[in-house]
Amino acid sequence: MSDATQGAAVPRRKLNSSLMTEDPRTKKRNAAERRFKLYGLLAIGIGLLMLTILVFNIINRGTGAFQQTFVTMNVELLESKLDKDGTRDLAKIKKVSTFGYTPIIRGAFEAKVADAGLVTQLSPKAMAGILSKSAAAQLRDFVLANPDQIGQTIEFRFLASSRVDGYLKGRVSRASIGNDKNISVDQLDFVDQLIAAGALQKRFNLNFITGADASDQRPEAAGMGVAMMGSLFMMMVVLALALPIGVAASIYLEEFAPKNLITDIIEVNISNLAAVPSIVFGILGLAVFINYMHLPMSAPLVGGLVLTLMTLPTIIISTRAALKAVPPSIRDAALGVGASKMQAVFHHVLPLAAPGILTGTIIGLAQALGETAPLLLIGMVGFIASNAPDGISSGLLDPNSAMPAQIYEWAKRADPAFYERAWGGIIILLVFLVTMNTLAVILRRRFERRW
Amino acid sequence: MRDFLNALLTMGITGYVVAVVLVLTVLGYVMARNRAVRSAGGDVRALHSLPSYYGYNAAMMIAVPALGVLAIWCLAQPSMISNAISAQISEATIAQGSTRALVLSEVQRVADGLNTAVAQGAMTQDEAATLNVEQEDVRARLADVGVALGADVTRDVLVAAQSYREMSESGRNWMSIVVLALAVGGFAIGLRVAQSTFRARNMVERAVLALLMIAASLAILTTIGIVLSMVFETVNFFGLHAWKDFFFGGVWAPNFRGDSDLSILPLLWGTLYISVIALLVAVPIGLFAAIYLSEYASAGLRGFAKPLLEILAGIPTIVYGLFALLTVGPFLVSIFGRGGAGLLGVEWMSGATAVLTAGLVMGIMLIPFVSSLSDDIINAVPQAMRDGSLGLGATPSETIRQVVLPAALPGIVGAVLLAASRAIGETMIVVLGAGAIAKVSLNPLDSMTTITTRIVSQLTGDTDFASPETLVAFALGLTLFVLTLGLNVVALVIVRKYREQYE
Repeated sequence: MSDATQGAAVPRRKLNSSLMTEDPRTKKRNAAERRFKLYGLLAIGIGLLMLTILVFNIINRGTGAFQQTFVTMNVELLESKLDKDGTRDLAKIKKVSTFGYTPIIRGAFEAKVADAGLVTQLSPKAMAGILSKSAAAQLRDFVLANPDQIGQTIEFRFLASSRVDGYLKGRVSRASIGNDKNISVDQLDFVDQLIAAGALQKRFNLNFITGADASDQRPEAAGMGVAMMGSLFMMMVVLALALPIGVAASIYLEEFAPKNLITDIIEVNISNLAAVPSIVFGILGLAVFINYMHLPMSAPLVGGLVLTLMTLPTIIISTRAALKAVPPSIRDAALGVGASKMQAVFHHVLPLAAPGILTGTIIGLAQALGETAPLLLIGMVGFIASNAPDGISSGLLDPNSAMPAQIYEWAKRADPAFYERAWGGIIILLVFLVTMNTLAVILRRRFERRW
Repeated sequence: MRDFLNALLTMGITGYVVAVVLVLTVLGYVMARNRAVRSAGGDVRALHSLPSYYGYNAAMMIAVPALGVLAIWCLAQPSMISNAISAQISEATIAQGSTRALVLSEVQRVADGLNTAVAQGAMTQDEAATLNVEQEDVRARLADVGVALGADVTRDVLVAAQSYREMSESGRNWMSIVVLALAVGGFAIGLRVAQSTFRARNMVERAVLALLMIAASLAILTTIGIVLSMVFETVNFFGLHAWKDFFFGGVWAPNFRGDSDLSILPLLWGTLYISVIALLVAVPIGLFAAIYLSEYASAGLRGFAKPLLEILAGIPTIVYGLFALLTVGPFLVSIFGRGGAGLLGVEWMSGATAVLTAGLVMGIMLIPFVSSLSDDIINAVPQAMRDGSLGLGATPSETIRQVVLPAALPGIVGAVLLAASRAIGETMIVVLGAGAIAKVSLNPLDSMTTITTRIVSQLTGDTDFASPETLVAFALGLTLFVLTLGLNVVALVIVRKYREQYE
């Protein structure tokens, strides 16, 4: 009590102070309190704002890649140019290279101008310049597939060049093309007329999702499909190796390992591996799988092996958590009715932990799917992934790209038309990741048991 | 299934061996199981173990030794043959300015070329084995089948290549014999022991335990692989390049004609500068977010904001890289660059790639990393400490600043160290956002380069494992590995110590 009396003898507050009104000191402290809370809110706000900007930016700049400008025209497949003898001999038709098809396309433009009553000073060559460089090849492929159609007039839908596509999407304007060799103001005027005539419009671009990458000159024809296959094969390798090895390692560490130095070393090792920069795994892959074991460069098999090593710690950590969550009573009951330790684990603990293991595996796979750096070192960039694999062995061993590596490849190219592709590729990649993570969450909600 | 078999068969003799072993395994399972049941007179109760264990036992005896030897053989054969060939190459064959490793890779290319030629039917097996340079232009013949060689094939190289082929051929044949013998032996033993008194379950369980142990030690193997692969090449690098220049040189100027300056210092400077900026962004934001979420936020806000913030951690780094290069970089240029047309009317920044660009974006990436780690740590501070402080009349913010944060400080330091190690090892953001010029400057608007960026640029494209310009990447990788490992170990020790304190 003496403390209290002493305290009363030296009053800190003025006598007229009240609990109802704040004195200056309390005011200051409360203001500090409010400021502190505000900082916290601000920090969360900034974090969420960044997320919003990022998502908005991706959608805003990437959705364009799913639409592409096409020119629809009637093309007369002149017999005199394609099959002079009229024999429909495929070997002879094949001798006509894509150059042989350019006059036909030019002719189609002249016909279009005459039919629709368009007024233009452009030469047929300049008119054909608004098409993608792949147009002639597209025509040739069609003729080789249907030689009986030679001589007919058929409606074709050609890809427009990336500049024309950019014009329709607002990326290219008359002011911005000053000294661009690939397009002129006259050509843009012509494009406007074609739009008015209904021959040129934007459509959904399936080729972007299913197609192959294209060379530097033809951003309009580039697609993600082949890289997607590469990613798929890598994920198959990761799943086939990382899941069994990871689960086996976790079962050992969680259920059987004696508490000794070696177990300790393994545990510390795994937690350290989880924090090793991903590029170091790329160096390992280059040195061991390619340089030492002579596995093929750029092959999804090698990518899968590297990503397996990278994903293992993630899967081991989540599997161990899932095993730990199964209560000891389950093990005790199994052992009590005469099961061996191995049987208790494999028949009872493992099935109960399966949803947790699956969730962890999916999250690990999602992580591996988005990883880029190690793939750069084992050569999954820098070439045009143009052929879709036609079987498991070619899918695993033929050079291919992967989704994130393809995005990186596009981001490095000079033509801004590829940037749109890169953002579009990110949308596809994120759709995969969101699906996988949602699946993981659903699995967890649906099957997770609380004991 | 057909495709899978095709895949096996296209792998040549190894594929056939694997297919045979698999078939034997299935056969062994069925036969051993039936034999055990028969030996008990059809009464399963008379068996020591459940019938399937006899099958598993036989299957394991067939598959595990055979496939294990196969895997080890495939791993070891290339290096043993290389060593043997390398010993064959005489000093005289190694031309001026070349090395043994270069000649060896030349030999391998010629051998691969001969294989391709035989596979395409352009050459017969005998022809490939007896070919000699005096009679034929080997380079032209290989060029016919699409194998391009850099120079004419010398006699010694061709002979070495032929013995290389011979050795791999006989190695493969021996491997098939050994593996098949092991499988058949396992088959016989597995079948023989399948009797009712045999303790099949105990055997199988012991073997499974061994397999589990091997799986667990794969983590150690990976680490050893990482360390060895980098140490070997780093030693090679220091054989070609002075270590003094690497650690203390001060100039990074690789030059593929040789005689380059390869010093890590400018790269280290760029790496650390970018990481510091990233931490300056991530630590305050992440920490305050964690404090608010754990101490003030209602359950609703917490349940809404925490998962959203964690999305930032799940976004692949290539996305952040693109965001840096195409959004943040141009945005910064529009503020600090473009002279009169810019927002500030200054000309401080010329390109989108800069230390600030990469640092800011990396900071955004690290926000959820810092916040979720600190959140856990703040939550681990016992409630009694908060109650005591609040009971003495402190406001919540005073409690946090004077009680909770000091108690959580070691853990938070650990979290920051972990974030720093992430920042140092991050690749894609700096590859796209930081630039390629190695310089030491204090200006955050300058473009600088980092260790990871240089590893990527030295190891992509055509790599020649005999030049210091390529090998330096391994020295850089090793430095990076040691650096991040050190940070992680320190952080883990701190966090673990701190956890023990309150448990």
